[in-house]
Amino acid sequence: MAFFDKLKKSLSKTKDNIFGKISDVVSRRKIDEELLEEIEEILIGADVGVQASMKLIETLRKKAREQKLTDGEDLINLLKEEISLILSREDSKLFSDGDTKPVIWLIIGVNGVGKTTTIGKLATQLSSEGKKVMIAACDTFRAAAIDQIAIWAERSNVDIIKSEIGADPASVAFDAASSAKARGVDILLIDTAGRLHTKDHLMEELIKIRRVVEKAAPDSTIYSKLIIDGSTGQNAIPQVKIFSEAVGCDGIIVTKLDGTAKGGVMIAVAEELGVPVDFIGIGEGVDDLQRFDAKQFSEALFS
Amino acid sequence: MFGSLTDKLDSAFKHLRGKGILSEKNISDAMREVRQALLEADVNYKVAKNFVKAVTEKAVGIEVLKALDPSQQVIKVVHDELVTLLGTTAEPVAPIVKTPSVYMLCGLQGSGKTTLSGKLALDAKRKKKKPLLVAADIHRPAAVKQLKVLADSIQVEHFFVEGKQPPEICREAVKYAEKNFIDLVILDTAGRLHVDDELMEELEEIKALTKPDEILLVADAMTGQDAVNVAQSFHDRLGITGVVLSKLDGDARGGAALSIREVTGCPIKLASTGEKLSDLEIFHPERMATRILGMGDVLSLVEKAQEHIDIEQASKMQEKLLKSKFDFEDFLVQMEQLKKMGPLESLLGMIPGASKALKGVKIDERGMERMVAIIKSMTTKERQNPKLINGPRKKRIAAGSGNSVQAVNQLLKQFQQMQKMFGNFNKKKRRGIPGGMPRF
Ligand SMILES: Nc1nc2c(ncn2[C@@H]2O[C@H](COP(=O)(O)OP(=O)(O)OP(=O)(O)O)[C@@H](O)[C@H]2O)c(=O)[nH]1
Ligand SMILES: Nc1nc2c(ncn2[C@@H]2O[C@H](COP(=O)(O)OP(=O)(O)OP(=O)(O)O)[C@@H](O)[C@H]2O)c(=O)[nH]1
Ligand SMILES: [Mg+2]
Ligand SMILES: [Mg+2]
Repeated sequence: MAFFDKLKKSLSKTKDNIFGKISDVVSRRKIDEELLEEIEEILIGADVGVQASMKLIETLRKKAREQKLTDGEDLINLLKEEISLILSREDSKLFSDGDTKPVIWLIIGVNGVGKTTTIGKLATQLSSEGKKVMIAACDTFRAAAIDQIAIWAERSNVDIIKSEIGADPASVAFDAASSAKARGVDILLIDTAGRLHTKDHLMEELIKIRRVVEKAAPDSTIYSKLIIDGSTGQNAIPQVKIFSEAVGCDGIIVTKLDGTAKGGVMIAVAEELGVPVDFIGIGEGVDDLQRFDAKQFSEALFS
Repeated sequence: MFGSLTDKLDSAFKHLRGKGILSEKNISDAMREVRQALLEADVNYKVAKNFVKAVTEKAVGIEVLKALDPSQQVIKVVHDELVTLLGTTAEPVAPIVKTPSVYMLCGLQGSGKTTLSGKLALDAKRKKKKPLLVAADIHRPAAVKQLKVLADSIQVEHFFVEGKQPPEICREAVKYAEKNFIDLVILDTAGRLHVDDELMEELEEIKALTKPDEILLVADAMTGQDAVNVAQSFHDRLGITGVVLSKLDGDARGGAALSIREVTGCPIKLASTGEKLSDLEIFHPERMATRILGMGDVLSLVEKAQEHIDIEQASKMQEKLLKSKFDFEDFLVQMEQLKKMGPLESLLGMIPGASKALKGVKIDERGMERMVAIIKSMTTKERQNPKLINGPRKKRIAAGSGNSVQAVNQLLKQFQQMQKMFGNFNKKKRRGIPGGMPRF
């Protein structure tokens, strides 16, 4: 199939970094519509999405005109600035002064994105900062989910509240919130089962978990943290939207950015929904979690 | 979102009806919309570009039939081409003829390999074959236990050797299978990045030691543009024989399917559609094309329906639907059948426009029981002609079924909405959208 061969060849050139291609494209070029179109394509190829890419290009076009730029390479800095601006529009705040202990992080997201692993990493980081951390094993559905999170609790040497497979996740959450309060825990991390945002009954279950936690620890500050797989395409947008509607979304953690996908859809998410990114996951190890930095992120997109 | 491409094409061709031949300009307007639909579905931008080019060549010169609207004709060309690229016919996994046959699963982290292992084992078991689930993931915490729990839940044998590396475990598993009359060995490997050289080498080693009959790449339907890189790398290293698309029970349009198919040339064989081990389906290119184009997954619904619905009764039902003579008697029959088909929301998700049409209506499973009770408290006349149901009758029905009058009102409203929804299907059918009408 000729189509197939051609495609294969063109893809192998850009295998390593999709965004890196922008640097190649602009070099020794004048700014014109053709160039802008090529950049738009590269943005789309990085999962930025049609709408957000078009918007970015529109901004580039406007700014280039205003600043009377002609040199293609000038677009890179403009684009970096613009992306980092969009991504830092909302401040990522992990904690605030008014928080009441135990602070509770409800870790949510679709199946297999890295919720449990991220909790392992967070527990380690937070306790190394001297915080008293506790984990609630509220995925009582998936096979061996409790064993998995228990191993992470052990690795990070923090307390875990768990029950049996098939138990009501809300009741585990209730127990955990109560005992976190009783034991003077600083932060409780709640691991929930993966669920597709399209499944109403599972979203109801999540709402119930949140409600029960509010009841068990009425003074606690609760944050919902949504985990998004860095290789997700445009579906990240409905994910953020629908999880936010159900239990709120105070911050996003983008995982698996150690692969070749760069999480470009976060630009569309920030643009459309204004949710900040808190952390990025860059591996399966306990230390592979970094605070998100908009500037660094947009630099990395071009490196 | 569903149906939006149709709408956009309709407006792109507004002035074209009956004007002879589609020109390059008409087509290029339409193709811009097609390209956008593909990109929104996460089809890789290069794949989309090539696709549009190929389709444009086919579409230019099409005669615009007076009777049909041009957008339908273009959609047909686009849809057909997409089906061709996705594989035309459903291609099954390698049959278990030689024993033991070996299936090896691979893919990125969290894509659904372990779950699929369980599903394949259950499928084999249902076909009276003896599967062996091999835990070759010594990496992820509790991965071995996860597979063990799944194996136990379907009474299938589980294989693991403590302290050994995955290639060795797999080799011993095949040896064990040979001695123990196992028909199918399923190797559940650890999730890994396609750029992780060391771990990719491990897979090559497993392949060399076990000579699998199928090497299946498990890919998440929500994957974005990077799907091409992932698929290409796995294919280059292993020569995969097929692809399984997972998490298709969500609302991702699944453009990754086209991307992966294009770069590997490998057939997509199976669709994983839920967390339960029975949620496994044959991949249908036709349906995937419809889905990528944003036109719903009506055909899957049809198949589900056919599994559980009495065909003769169903065709009578269709008659009634088409004539809008659908009443509560039929509704009752439908409800009972729906109950057999599984969770409602997964069914509704397949109907274009249904989730929107039924927004806020919320037919939950318990609600269904209530509805059935209410309908059963109606007289036959009332069921056939709901308009008869006035205030006093409502009170009687409410009391008889142990519900409030409000609940009765709600059901009547829901019924109206449902009728309206079926009305919409009929409209679409008349317009000839490919796969636009379930063959209930
Ligand atoms: N490469 C890489 N893999 C990761 C990262 N985070 C998680 N993973 C892997 O992704 C897979 C799924 O991670 P889990 O933590 O089990 O995901 P989950 O969201 O809890 O999954 P469910 O509870 O089943 O919905 C595991 O193999 C993890 O090791 C990351 O940042 N990079
Ligand atoms: N909704 C839905 N969830 C699925 C499907 N297939 C798997 N899952 C879920 O996705 C998550 C990850 O599945 P696993 O089977 O553990 O994935 P894996 O590829 O083995 O993960 P690693 O071994 O960590 O790489 C779990 O929560 C599964 O229940 C599917 O078709 N639909
Ligand atoms: Mg988990
Ligand atoms: Mg696994």
